Amino acid sequence: MEILFVGLIGLFFAAAVYLMLSKFTIRILLGIVLLGNGVNLLLFTAGRITREVPPIIPADASTLGSVAANPLPQALILTAIVISFSFFAFLLVLTWRAFEELGTDSTDEMRLAEPRDEPLPPTGY
Amino acid sequence: MASPSTPVDLAAAMVTTAPALADWLVILPTALMILSGAALMMIRKSVRLHAVIAIAALALLVLIDALLLWQVSSNGPVTMTMGGWLPPFGISFTADMFGAVMALVSALAALSAAVYSLRDIDTSGLRHGFFAFLLLLMAGVSGAFLTGDIFNLYVWFEVLLISSFGLLILGSEPKQIEGALKYAILNLIGTTLFLITVGYLYAIFGTLNMADIARKAGALRGVTENAPPLMTLSALFVLAFCMKAAAFPVNFWLPASYHTPRITVSALFGGLLTKVGIYALIRVTIMLLPVEREAISLVIAASAVLTMILGALGALAQNDLRRMVGYVVIVGIGNMLAGVAIGSSTSVSGAILYALHSIVTMTALYLVIGEAGRLAGTFELSRLGGLWRRAPWFSAASLALMLAAAGLPPLSGLWPKVMLLKASLDIGAWWLAAAILVSAFLVTLTLARTFLLAYWRPAPGGESEAVAATDWHSTLPIGLLAALTVFFGIYPEPLLAISQAAADGLADPSAYIRSVFPEGAAP
Amino acid sequence: MNTLILRTVAPVITALMLLFSVFVLLRGHNEPGGGFIGGLIAASALAIFGIAHGPGAVQRAIRFHPMAIAGAGLALAAVSGLVSIAAGVPFMSGLWIYPDILGTEVPLSTVISFDIGVYLVVVGSVTAIALALETEPDGGAGEGEGGG
Repeated sequence: MEILFVGLIGLFFAAAVYLMLSKFTIRILLGIVLLGNGVNLLLFTAGRITREVPPIIPADASTLGSVAANPLPQALILTAIVISFSFFAFLLVLTWRAFEELGTDSTDEMRLAEPRDEPLPPTGY
Repeated sequence: MASPSTPVDLAAAMVTTAPALADWLVILPTALMILSGAALMMIRKSVRLHAVIAIAALALLVLIDALLLWQVSSNGPVTMTMGGWLPPFGISFTADMFGAVMALVSALAALSAAVYSLRDIDTSGLRHGFFAFLLLLMAGVSGAFLTGDIFNLYVWFEVLLISSFGLLILGSEPKQIEGALKYAILNLIGTTLFLITVGYLYAIFGTLNMADIARKAGALRGVTENAPPLMTLSALFVLAFCMKAAAFPVNFWLPASYHTPRITVSALFGGLLTKVGIYALIRVTIMLLPVEREAISLVIAASAVLTMILGALGALAQNDLRRMVGYVVIVGIGNMLAGVAIGSSTSVSGAILYALHSIVTMTALYLVIGEAGRLAGTFELSRLGGLWRRAPWFSAASLALMLAAAGLPPLSGLWPKVMLLKASLDIGAWWLAAAILVSAFLVTLTLARTFLLAYWRPAPGGESEAVAATDWHSTLPIGLLAALTVFFGIYPEPLLAISQAAADGLADPSAYIRSVFPEGAAP
Repeated sequence: MNTLILRTVAPVITALMLLFSVFVLLRGHNEPGGGFIGGLIAASALAIFGIAHGPGAVQRAIRFHPMAIAGAGLALAAVSGLVSIAAGVPFMSGLWIYPDILGTEVPLSTVISFDIGVYLVVVGSVTAIALALETEPDGGAGEGEGGG
């Protein structure tokens, strides 16, 4: 089972890197989303995959049974999802604004902050 | 549900004794910043109150951080574990010398920037929540310096990242949006890389508490059959943190974005954010994975040399003062990386001292440049001039800060450079020492030229129209930061002692581990 | 998107979803649910209302600016953690009171107030982002205010 997940994570990462190498911001953004999901899967796998019961203490007991899934990766993933979700929402707004303001989504043409023909500093006093 | 009667013995998993009041010092910086930031978000309409509350909160933060540093230096590391769980089950906040002193100095820098912002940020910026974002940024920075849990460190990285986005696009000019886009994407990839590494770390160690990792690493290194991939882990950590700290092959987001926002925001970023990356790098490579760092020290050293030299050359080639300071920040990162690469006691304390010095001088340098640009109406070196005649005291403070940034005596930039040089010559890495000296020389050239052209020579187009002269909004923070660099340049002993103690605490984390696990260092 | 059907149905759906979000929030204490997911449901309710009637209508309906709501949530969450100082337990410890309201014992805790804080943070920040995306290009106020 782990091997399958590892392969899947690799696939996610490969697709994410491929998309992020594009020069168009929207593809980079999609790559980031894929990367985020790949990481969530990685965290999930890192906590060991077990076919066991959810880690919830039954009403009549005071401790967890001897076999239970690891609850920590779930907490980590939930945090990571929250963060990647809010970042994605923010980046979506930012990309949209950038497209509106700059009229392009190609990073090659975003040269307002770093103009091509910037003058050199004076060479003499 | 009735009131529970607990037949379970809670002492196995929970803290049962009340924490000492001093332990709260490690939580309070972050909690205070979050609370005051939230208060500012609630009263977003009454912008007049923002500055008052924010500056009061930051002053209180400086006070708390100073108390924390005093507590740590007299009684050793301070720990509080959240929710009453025993570590490593609960999230621990642990302040040792390193974290406490970084938190204190960054709070000072933030306070100075906040005072400067009183004039720099207009009403629309205030309505966008400048001070709220500033306080949340400080929550992230303080949290990153004081947390004792590596996943929590990731969360604080994201908190400061998202507040930095808010600060970057304050004003919504096209230039800023472009800079923010590049900054946001590359930093997000950097933190995702960090998260990937945390996932691997959890798979290997089964714990996220740094003290727990530190005490388990030794046993794991002994495993020969199916040896855990600690090398992969440290290489990934180095890459992720170098990206955050803007080290050479992955630093192009910094010159692309740091010159676009308001100058106060640039000052905060240049002073604090890259140093958080360096902090995390030192914490992880020196304290948690020192053996693995040794194995890739050559790679880190090569990156350090290239960061220094290319950063200095970049600074030399800039006409826009704000972009120039961005490259000077990068040179400093190269120096700190050199300290990490060598890894000896002297070099680590040199790197820590450099980080402290860099927080102060880079914040101040951006403020100086901002003030110079405001007085002259331009940031272009070819059009600046005549500042000395118009504001001699301000110019004197600028000169002091520029010399400090270049590392010339008798200012605070000298001592860390001396320590790094000594450390690199001790291990025979003459090329590293040469790179430090050459980059310092190039930075001296750059900043001296800036001073000659912008301050000393008469204004190129005659005297420009009168702009309001410097007032306390700018002289107070710049003066305070300049006084700090002069004072610690002439009398560096206390800072040297602190950074040496911080480096010792990292090299031998037994005090740190004992603070989290009082029962002992063995797992 | 601005059809008559949607405009008629939207207020009803929004009201139902808001109610459901509070249910999910309170259910989260012992069963699946909680502040984050409840907040997302409430934010999507407001987003639907915004699609039907425009961001201005949402802004008027919720009275406070979304970021102010997020700020209130953040403050509530932080205060829930800091109450521990007075009780002499570590930061963020769960503290319970059992007041007797109308003859029923109601368990209240800092855990649930923290969760309500999370709910408000998520409602506020996600609504701010949604409204920024729904606002027509030249409006532009309040965009890009995220929250974690």
